[in-house]
Amino acid sequence: MTSQAGSGTVAAPRIPAPQRPVGTLYRGREGMWSWVLHRITGTAIYFFLLVHILDTSLVRVSSEAYDAVISTYKNPIMGLGEAGLVVAIVFHAMNGLRIILVDFWPWATRHQRLLFWIVVGVWVVLLAGFLPRHLMVVFGGEG
Amino acid sequence: MTTETIQAPRSAAAARRGRFNLEKWGWIYMRVSGVVLIVLVFGHLYVNLFSGEGVRAIDFAFVAGKWASPFWIVWDTLLLWLALIHGANGMRTLVNDYARGRLRPLLQGALLVSTVVLLTLGTLVIYTFDPCLDPSVAGDLGAVCTAR
Repeated sequence: MTSQAGSGTVAAPRIPAPQRPVGTLYRGREGMWSWVLHRITGTAIYFFLLVHILDTSLVRVSSEAYDAVISTYKNPIMGLGEAGLVVAIVFHAMNGLRIILVDFWPWATRHQRLLFWIVVGVWVVLLAGFLPRHLMVVFGGEG
Repeated sequence: MTTETIQAPRSAAAARRGRFNLEKWGWIYMRVSGVVLIVLVFGHLYVNLFSGEGVRAIDFAFVAGKWASPFWIVWDTLLLWLALIHGANGMRTLVNDYARGRLRPLLQGALLVSTVVLLTLGTLVIYTFDPCLDPSVAGDLGAVCTAR
Protein backbone atom coordinates (compact mmCIF):
# COMPACT_ATOMS: atom_id res chain seq x y z
CA MET A 1 0.00 0.00 0.00
CA THR A 2 2.87 2.40 0.69
CA SER A 3 4.88 1.75 -2.46
CA GLN A 4 4.57 4.34 -5.20
CA ALA A 5 6.23 2.33 -7.93
CA GLY A 6 6.19 4.06 -11.27
CA SER A 7 4.76 7.29 -9.96
CA GLY A 8 7.54 9.33 -11.57
CA THR A 9 9.08 12.44 -10.11
CA VAL A 10 5.92 14.27 -9.13
CA ALA A 11 5.51 14.23 -5.36
CA ALA A 12 2.08 13.29 -4.12
CA PRO A 13 0.30 16.18 -2.38
CA ARG A 14 0.35 15.86 1.40
CA ILE A 15 -3.12 15.20 2.69
CA PRO A 16 -3.56 15.26 6.47
CA ALA A 17 -4.85 11.97 7.84
CA PRO A 18 -8.37 12.24 9.26
CA GLN A 19 -8.80 11.74 13.00
CA ARG A 20 -11.15 8.85 12.38
CA PRO A 21 -12.19 7.07 9.16
CA VAL A 22 -14.49 9.40 7.25
CA GLY A 23 -15.39 10.30 3.72
CA THR A 24 -16.02 6.92 2.16
CA LEU A 25 -19.14 4.87 2.17
CA TYR A 26 -17.77 1.76 3.86
CA ARG A 27 -14.62 2.45 5.86
CA GLY A 28 -14.76 1.65 9.56
CA ARG A 29 -18.44 0.77 9.55
CA GLU A 30 -20.74 -2.16 8.85
CA GLY A 31 -19.67 -2.29 5.20
CA MET A 32 -16.00 -2.70 6.09
CA TRP A 33 -16.60 -5.30 8.78
CA SER A 34 -18.85 -7.36 6.52
CA TRP A 35 -16.07 -7.24 3.92
CA VAL A 36 -13.43 -8.30 6.48
CA LEU A 37 -15.60 -11.12 7.83
CA HIS A 38 -16.44 -12.28 4.30
CA ARG A 39 -12.73 -12.67 3.53
CA ILE A 40 -11.88 -14.40 6.81
CA THR A 41 -14.81 -16.83 6.67
CA GLY A 42 -14.20 -17.52 2.96
CA THR A 43 -10.53 -18.36 3.59
CA ALA A 44 -11.40 -20.65 6.50
CA ILE A 45 -14.04 -22.47 4.46
CA TYR A 46 -11.64 -22.84 1.51
CA PHE A 47 -8.95 -24.56 3.56
CA PHE A 48 -11.52 -26.84 5.17
CA LEU A 49 -12.77 -27.73 1.67
CA LEU A 50 -9.27 -28.77 0.58
CA VAL A 51 -8.97 -31.12 3.57
CA HIS A 52 -12.55 -32.35 3.18
CA ILE A 53 -12.05 -33.40 -0.47
CA LEU A 54 -8.92 -35.33 0.56
CA ASP A 55 -10.54 -37.06 3.55
CA THR A 56 -13.61 -38.01 1.51
CA SER A 57 -11.31 -39.45 -1.18
CA LEU A 58 -10.36 -42.16 1.32
CA VAL A 59 -13.67 -43.90 0.54
CA ARG A 60 -11.88 -44.98 -2.64
CA VAL A 61 -8.98 -46.48 -0.64
CA SER A 62 -10.70 -48.63 1.96
CA SER A 63 -13.62 -48.48 4.35
CA GLU A 64 -11.21 -48.83 7.30
CA ALA A 65 -9.12 -45.84 6.21
CA TYR A 66 -12.21 -43.69 5.69
CA ASP A 67 -13.87 -44.71 8.96
CA ALA A 68 -10.64 -44.10 10.89
CA VAL A 69 -10.28 -40.54 9.59
CA ILE A 70 -13.99 -39.73 9.85
CA SER A 71 -13.99 -40.94 13.47
CA THR A 72 -11.69 -38.02 14.28
CA TYR A 73 -14.51 -35.68 13.16
CA LYS A 74 -16.59 -37.11 16.01
CA ASN A 75 -14.39 -36.13 18.94
CA PRO A 76 -15.35 -33.00 20.89
CA ILE A 77 -12.48 -30.81 19.67
CA MET A 78 -13.30 -31.48 16.03
CA GLY A 79 -16.96 -31.08 16.97
CA LEU A 80 -16.20 -27.51 18.04
CA GLY A 81 -14.34 -27.09 14.75
CA GLU A 82 -17.45 -28.19 12.86
CA ALA A 83 -19.49 -25.70 14.86
CA GLY A 84 -17.02 -22.98 13.84
CA LEU A 85 -17.19 -24.15 10.23
CA VAL A 86 -20.98 -23.82 10.18
CA VAL A 87 -20.74 -20.41 11.89
CA ALA A 88 -18.42 -19.31 9.05
CA ILE A 89 -20.51 -20.88 6.27
CA VAL A 90 -23.80 -19.35 7.43
CA PHE A 91 -22.25 -15.88 7.69
CA HIS A 92 -20.56 -16.20 4.29
CA ALA A 93 -23.79 -17.43 2.70
CA MET A 94 -26.03 -14.70 4.16
CA ASN A 95 -23.50 -11.91 3.57
CA GLY A 96 -23.03 -13.22 0.03
CA LEU A 97 -26.74 -12.70 -0.59
CA ARG A 98 -26.36 -9.18 0.85
CA ILE A 99 -23.51 -8.50 -1.59
CA ILE A 100 -25.65 -9.63 -4.53
CA LEU A 101 -28.51 -7.40 -3.39
CA VAL A 102 -26.16 -4.42 -2.92
CA ASP A 103 -24.77 -5.03 -6.43
CA PHE A 104 -28.03 -5.25 -8.30
CA TRP A 105 -30.66 -3.33 -6.31
CA PRO A 106 -30.20 0.42 -5.68
CA TRP A 107 -32.40 0.29 -2.56
CA ALA A 108 -30.09 -2.34 -1.08
CA THR A 109 -27.03 -0.26 -1.95
CA ARG A 110 -28.45 2.65 0.04
CA HIS A 111 -29.45 0.40 2.94
CA GLN A 112 -26.40 -1.86 3.05
CA ARG A 113 -25.93 -1.10 6.76
CA LEU A 114 -29.43 -2.23 7.60
CA LEU A 115 -28.87 -5.33 5.46
CA PHE A 116 -25.72 -6.13 7.44
CA TRP A 117 -27.71 -6.24 10.66
CA ILE A 118 -30.38 -8.36 8.96
CA VAL A 119 -27.56 -10.75 7.95
CA VAL A 120 -26.42 -10.84 11.59
CA GLY A 121 -29.99 -11.52 12.73
CA VAL A 122 -30.56 -14.39 10.27
CA TRP A 123 -27.10 -15.72 11.18
CA VAL A 124 -28.01 -15.82 14.88
CA VAL A 125 -31.39 -17.46 14.23
CA LEU A 126 -29.95 -20.21 11.99
CA LEU A 127 -27.13 -20.92 14.42
CA ALA A 128 -29.59 -21.03 17.33
CA GLY A 129 -31.27 -23.84 15.42
CA PHE A 130 -28.08 -25.70 14.54
CA LEU A 131 -25.59 -25.30 17.38
CA PRO A 132 -27.52 -26.77 20.35
CA ARG A 133 -28.43 -29.84 18.30
CA HIS A 134 -24.91 -30.32 16.96
CA LEU A 135 -23.25 -29.79 20.35
CA MET A 136 -25.65 -32.28 21.96
CA VAL A 137 -24.64 -34.85 19.33
CA VAL A 138 -20.94 -34.14 19.84
CA PHE A 139 -20.92 -33.96 23.65
CA GLY A 140 -23.96 -36.12 24.37
CA GLY A 141 -22.17 -39.40 24.94
CA GLU A 142 -22.96 -42.47 22.85
CA GLY A 143 -24.95 -41.77 19.73
CA MET B 1 -30.58 11.11 5.30
CA THR B 2 -27.42 12.87 4.24
CA THR B 3 -26.02 12.39 0.80
CA GLU B 4 -22.55 10.93 0.85
CA THR B 5 -20.20 11.94 -1.91
CA ILE B 6 -18.21 9.08 -3.34
CA GLN B 7 -14.76 10.01 -4.54
CA ALA B 8 -13.74 9.21 -8.08
CA PRO B 9 -11.61 6.07 -8.40
CA ARG B 10 -7.89 6.76 -8.18
CA SER B 11 -7.01 4.25 -10.89
CA ALA B 12 -8.14 4.54 -14.48
CA ALA B 13 -10.88 2.29 -15.77
CA ALA B 14 -9.61 -1.14 -16.70
CA ALA B 15 -8.72 -1.52 -20.33
CA ARG B 16 -11.06 -3.70 -22.33
CA ARG B 17 -9.23 -6.74 -23.55
CA GLY B 18 -10.94 -8.45 -26.42
CA ARG B 19 -14.54 -9.55 -26.49
CA PHE B 20 -14.30 -12.05 -23.66
CA ASN B 21 -13.79 -10.35 -20.32
CA LEU B 22 -12.56 -13.05 -17.92
CA GLU B 23 -12.83 -10.83 -14.85
CA LYS B 24 -16.45 -10.00 -15.67
CA TRP B 25 -17.35 -13.67 -16.03
CA GLY B 26 -15.47 -14.43 -12.81
CA TRP B 27 -17.57 -11.79 -11.06
CA ILE B 28 -20.77 -13.27 -12.49
CA TYR B 29 -19.64 -16.81 -11.60
CA MET B 30 -19.13 -15.88 -7.94
CA ARG B 31 -22.71 -14.61 -7.69
CA VAL B 32 -24.43 -17.38 -9.66
CA SER B 33 -22.45 -20.22 -8.04
CA GLY B 34 -22.89 -18.56 -4.64
CA VAL B 35 -26.67 -18.72 -4.86
CA VAL B 36 -26.61 -22.36 -6.05
CA LEU B 37 -24.06 -23.24 -3.34
CA ILE B 38 -26.40 -21.97 -0.63
CA VAL B 39 -28.85 -24.70 -1.64
CA LEU B 40 -26.16 -27.37 -2.15
CA VAL B 41 -24.13 -26.62 1.00
CA PHE B 42 -27.12 -26.16 3.29
CA GLY B 43 -28.63 -29.41 1.98
CA HIS B 44 -25.28 -31.17 2.50
CA LEU B 45 -25.01 -29.82 6.05
CA TYR B 46 -28.61 -30.73 6.86
CA VAL B 47 -28.28 -34.35 5.73
CA ASN B 48 -24.75 -35.02 6.99
CA LEU B 49 -24.50 -32.89 10.12
CA PHE B 50 -28.01 -32.11 11.39
CA SER B 51 -30.51 -34.88 10.62
CA GLY B 52 -30.50 -38.24 12.38
CA GLU B 53 -27.43 -38.72 14.55
CA GLY B 54 -25.55 -35.85 12.94
CA VAL B 55 -21.82 -36.29 12.44
CA ARG B 56 -21.89 -39.57 14.41
CA ALA B 57 -23.78 -41.28 11.57
CA ILE B 58 -21.06 -40.71 8.98
CA ASP B 59 -18.98 -43.73 7.96
CA PHE B 60 -18.23 -45.74 4.82
CA ALA B 61 -21.72 -47.29 4.79
CA PHE B 62 -23.29 -43.81 5.08
CA VAL B 63 -21.41 -42.66 1.98
CA ALA B 64 -22.22 -45.91 0.15
CA GLY B 65 -25.89 -45.38 0.97
CA LYS B 66 -25.88 -41.84 -0.42
CA TRP B 67 -23.95 -42.71 -3.58
CA ALA B 68 -26.29 -45.59 -4.34
CA SER B 69 -28.59 -42.82 -5.57
CA PRO B 70 -27.88 -40.78 -8.73
CA PHE B 71 -29.48 -37.83 -6.93
CA TRP B 72 -26.61 -37.56 -4.42
CA ILE B 73 -23.98 -38.35 -7.05
CA VAL B 74 -25.13 -35.36 -9.09
CA TRP B 75 -25.54 -33.25 -5.91
CA ASP B 76 -22.00 -34.01 -4.71
CA THR B 77 -20.47 -33.52 -8.16
CA LEU B 78 -22.05 -30.08 -8.46
CA LEU B 79 -21.01 -29.29 -4.89
CA LEU B 80 -17.40 -30.29 -5.59
CA TRP B 81 -17.02 -28.27 -8.78
CA LEU B 82 -18.99 -25.17 -7.83
CA ALA B 83 -17.51 -24.91 -4.32
CA LEU B 84 -13.87 -25.54 -5.20
CA ILE B 85 -13.89 -23.14 -8.17
CA HIS B 86 -15.77 -20.54 -6.09
CA GLY B 87 -13.24 -20.94 -3.27
CA ALA B 88 -10.18 -20.90 -5.53
CA ASN B 89 -11.43 -17.82 -7.37
CA GLY B 90 -12.05 -16.11 -4.03
CA MET B 91 -8.52 -16.96 -2.91
CA ARG B 92 -7.26 -15.59 -6.24
CA THR B 93 -8.90 -12.28 -5.32
CA LEU B 94 -7.03 -12.27 -2.00
CA VAL B 95 -3.75 -13.20 -3.70
CA ASN B 96 -4.18 -10.34 -6.18
CA ASP B 97 -4.90 -7.96 -3.30
CA TYR B 98 -2.15 -8.96 -0.90
CA ALA B 99 0.63 -10.92 -2.65
CA ARG B 100 3.45 -8.86 -4.15
CA GLY B 101 6.28 -9.62 -6.53
CA ARG B 102 7.11 -13.19 -7.42
CA LEU B 103 4.89 -14.52 -4.66
CA ARG B 104 1.79 -13.62 -6.68
CA PRO B 105 2.30 -15.86 -9.76
CA LEU B 106 3.58 -18.59 -7.42
CA LEU B 107 0.38 -18.57 -5.35
CA GLN B 108 -1.81 -18.22 -8.45
CA GLY B 109 -0.07 -21.27 -9.92
CA ALA B 110 -0.54 -23.21 -6.67
CA LEU B 111 -4.24 -22.36 -6.69
CA LEU B 112 -4.64 -23.48 -10.30
CA VAL B 113 -2.73 -26.74 -9.83
CA SER B 114 -4.44 -27.67 -6.55
CA THR B 115 -7.86 -26.91 -8.04
CA VAL B 116 -7.29 -29.05 -11.15
CA VAL B 117 -5.83 -31.92 -9.08
CA LEU B 118 -8.64 -31.90 -6.50
CA LEU B 119 -11.40 -31.61 -9.10
CA THR B 120 -9.94 -34.58 -10.96
CA LEU B 121 -9.44 -36.59 -7.77
CA GLY B 122 -12.88 -35.80 -6.36
CA THR B 123 -14.69 -36.54 -9.61
CA LEU B 124 -12.85 -39.85 -10.02
CA VAL B 125 -13.70 -40.80 -6.42
CA ILE B 126 -17.41 -40.11 -6.94
CA TYR B 127 -17.66 -41.98 -10.27
CA THR B 128 -15.39 -44.95 -9.50
CA PHE B 129 -16.73 -45.46 -5.97
CA ASP B 130 -16.98 -49.17 -5.12
CA PRO B 131 -19.29 -50.11 -2.22
CA CYS B 132 -17.83 -53.63 -2.33
CA LEU B 133 -14.62 -52.24 -0.79
CA ASP B 134 -16.43 -52.93 2.49
CA PRO B 135 -17.33 -56.65 2.53
CA SER B 136 -19.67 -56.10 5.47
CA VAL B 137 -21.98 -53.88 3.41
CA ALA B 138 -25.24 -55.58 4.13
CA GLY B 139 -28.14 -57.14 2.28
CA ASP B 140 -28.58 -57.65 -1.43
CA LEU B 141 -25.52 -55.56 -2.19
CA GLY B 142 -23.35 -57.96 -0.17
CA ALA B 143 -24.60 -60.82 -2.32
CA VAL B 144 -23.83 -58.87 -5.49
CA CYS B 145 -20.32 -58.15 -4.22
CA THR B 146 -19.51 -61.80 -3.41
CA ALA B 147 -20.98 -62.93 -6.75
CA ARG B 148 -18.50 -60.82 -8.68
